[in-house]
Amino acid sequence: MPQNGTMIRVDHVTKSYRRDRIEIPVLRDISIDVPTGEFLALMGPSGSGKTTLLNLIAGIDRPDTGKVVVNGTDIDLLGESELARWRARHVGFIFQFYNLLPVLTAFENVELPLLLTGLSRKEKREHVEAALNLVGLGDRIHHYPKQLSGGQEQRVAIARAIVTDPTILVADEPTGDLDKVSAGEIMDLLDRLNKEFKKTIVMVTHDPRAAEKAHKAMHLDKGELTT
Amino acid sequence: MFIIKLVLKNSIRHKLRTFLTIVGVAIAVMSFGFMRTIVTAWSSGVQSSSENRMITRQAVSFIFPLPYSCLQQIQQIPGVTEVSYANWFGGVYKDAADWKNFFPRIAIDPETYFSVYPEFIVPADQFAEFKKERNACLVGEKLAREHGFKLGDLIPVEGDIYPGRWEFVVRGIYRGKDQSTDETQMFFHWEYLNERMHVETPGREGLVGWYILTVHNAADMPRVAKAVDDRYKNSRSSTKTETEREFQQSFVSMSSAIINSLEVVSYVIIGIILLVLANTIVMAARERTKEYAVLKTLGFSARHIIGLIAGESMFIASTGCVIGLGLTFPMAVGFAKAFPTFFPVFNVETVTIILAVIVALFAGVAAALFPATRAVRMKIVDGLRSID
Ligand SMILES: Nc1ncnc2c1ncn2[C@@H]1O[C@H](COP(=O)(O)OP(=O)(O)OP(=O)(O)O)[C@@H](O)[C@H]1O
Ligand SMILES: [Mg+2]
Repeated sequence: MPQNGTMIRVDHVTKSYRRDRIEIPVLRDISIDVPTGEFLALMGPSGSGKTTLLNLIAGIDRPDTGKVVVNGTDIDLLGESELARWRARHVGFIFQFYNLLPVLTAFENVELPLLLTGLSRKEKREHVEAALNLVGLGDRIHHYPKQLSGGQEQRVAIARAIVTDPTILVADEPTGDLDKVSAGEIMDLLDRLNKEFKKTIVMVTHDPRAAEKAHKAMHLDKGELTT
Repeated sequence: MFIIKLVLKNSIRHKLRTFLTIVGVAIAVMSFGFMRTIVTAWSSGVQSSSENRMITRQAVSFIFPLPYSCLQQIQQIPGVTEVSYANWFGGVYKDAADWKNFFPRIAIDPETYFSVYPEFIVPADQFAEFKKERNACLVGEKLAREHGFKLGDLIPVEGDIYPGRWEFVVRGIYRGKDQSTDETQMFFHWEYLNERMHVETPGREGLVGWYILTVHNAADMPRVAKAVDDRYKNSRSSTKTETEREFQQSFVSMSSAIINSLEVVSYVIIGIILLVLANTIVMAARERTKEYAVLKTLGFSARHIIGLIAGESMFIASTGCVIGLGLTFPMAVGFAKAFPTFFPVFNVETVTIILAVIVALFAGVAAALFPATRAVRMKIVDGLRSID
């Protein structure tokens, strides 16, 4: 991929959900280009379709019409298991509520995505420790999620998202459940991942302070882009 | 490896729920094993019957005797190799309310009985002693163990069918040829019974409870049965001759209603195991919907999700099965102790164990079927939106 080429291209995408036989249009003819190395914030009122758009980019949902191309791959053309493999290889996910597995330690949670790779035990261990050190939790590797603060849990989740060195990072309101201080730390971390590690990031947020860290903000309203 | 670790960690997430489910499965497996053991014990009498033995009894009922004079006549019938005879003695030994004291006491002809029943093995010296003494008796090894009978012991019995006080001296202890041989009986001289009848209740001498015939060739049996029964057709004591297997089945079938219902209940138990297990697995899988969605998001496949759910189901089912089978043995031993003469042979058969394992494995798979299908079909976006 050429530097500063297009990393993510959303091309005339529409999406609607059915509820009780009624079609609810969620995204109407959305087109976006996200250059490589971009840090994009998606903003907009609740129900405007931000999460839906993010899910389409991340390949965990499919558009009704239009296409999504990431890093040169037209992901609509992939079958279910190909898509799963593609996600494992190319996408790092960060959720609002962290979504760590409560029965696994920080180490084991971060190790999860690596289990699908052919890495040796030793390599996995090194990767996991590097990722946890990067998010500043090198001393908490044997803690369970419930023994961590919300901010720490989110940092474990970020470590899990980056441990496979994915092509893009998607984050859905990563600071939505955190206090100001923790939110600031998470934003600094994402900023660092973007600047130092050149990760392309798409982040949904309600928080204008969070959006400030991004290079660019786009606004969705009732399924349409307003800026 | 990871799947196994996660299965175990998931299983102990709700310790109490998992524990109760395992206990439920264990109790059900134990009941299943125990009931199957009763069913097999009940029919083992039929299974252990010999291929070449036949029984001739009074046509109307087993409780009416036949004249001793039939012996020679039956011996004459072509195809018959040997004939022996016996009487059911009954009587009361010690406290009749205790099942333990209810063992079979049978008057037999020592000259022929053990050659038609070669599965009863008596040491030669003991057998010689037994033959010498009028009121000697032989007891089965299991019976002797149960009551602590030793050679030379006196067994007093209060007669009912044959009134009076009877005393028998233990002169031998027989052993069964294999596991299925009944070692709970007591045998004594028919001659002794007959003598006392002759003196004490004239008119009741010279009577035989039933005859045991051996035939040279099992294919001859229908012909021999017909020949014997035709011989006595119009006499006062008409006979009914059948193979030993048929004869024993006629006893077993008296209780076949009970056996059938036990059999039905044992199948109902399979359903109970399934319900107990399915309830837990469905609940657990529902709670973890969001986690399965996260795993799928990270690229884990249907295979992994199925492994997680089925693994937990199998883990609980097999743990319960092992504990349940572990309990079946002491339960069977306890039952055999409490009712030693209820069933001549009471063992947990290998086939019962295999059956219980199959049942548990089947329940493990079946319980996971619905929740696993549901989890695999679930769309990631819906799973992520579910609240936990
Ligand atoms: N899986 C789904 N099934 C049915 N309806 C859905 C589904 N996902 C989203 N919707 C509907 O689509 C619309 C947009 O949802 P979406 O989650 O994308 O909004 P959002 O902008 O992320 O909102 P919020 O800021 O509250 O997270 C909403 O009306 C929602 O109810
Ligand atoms: Mg949202």
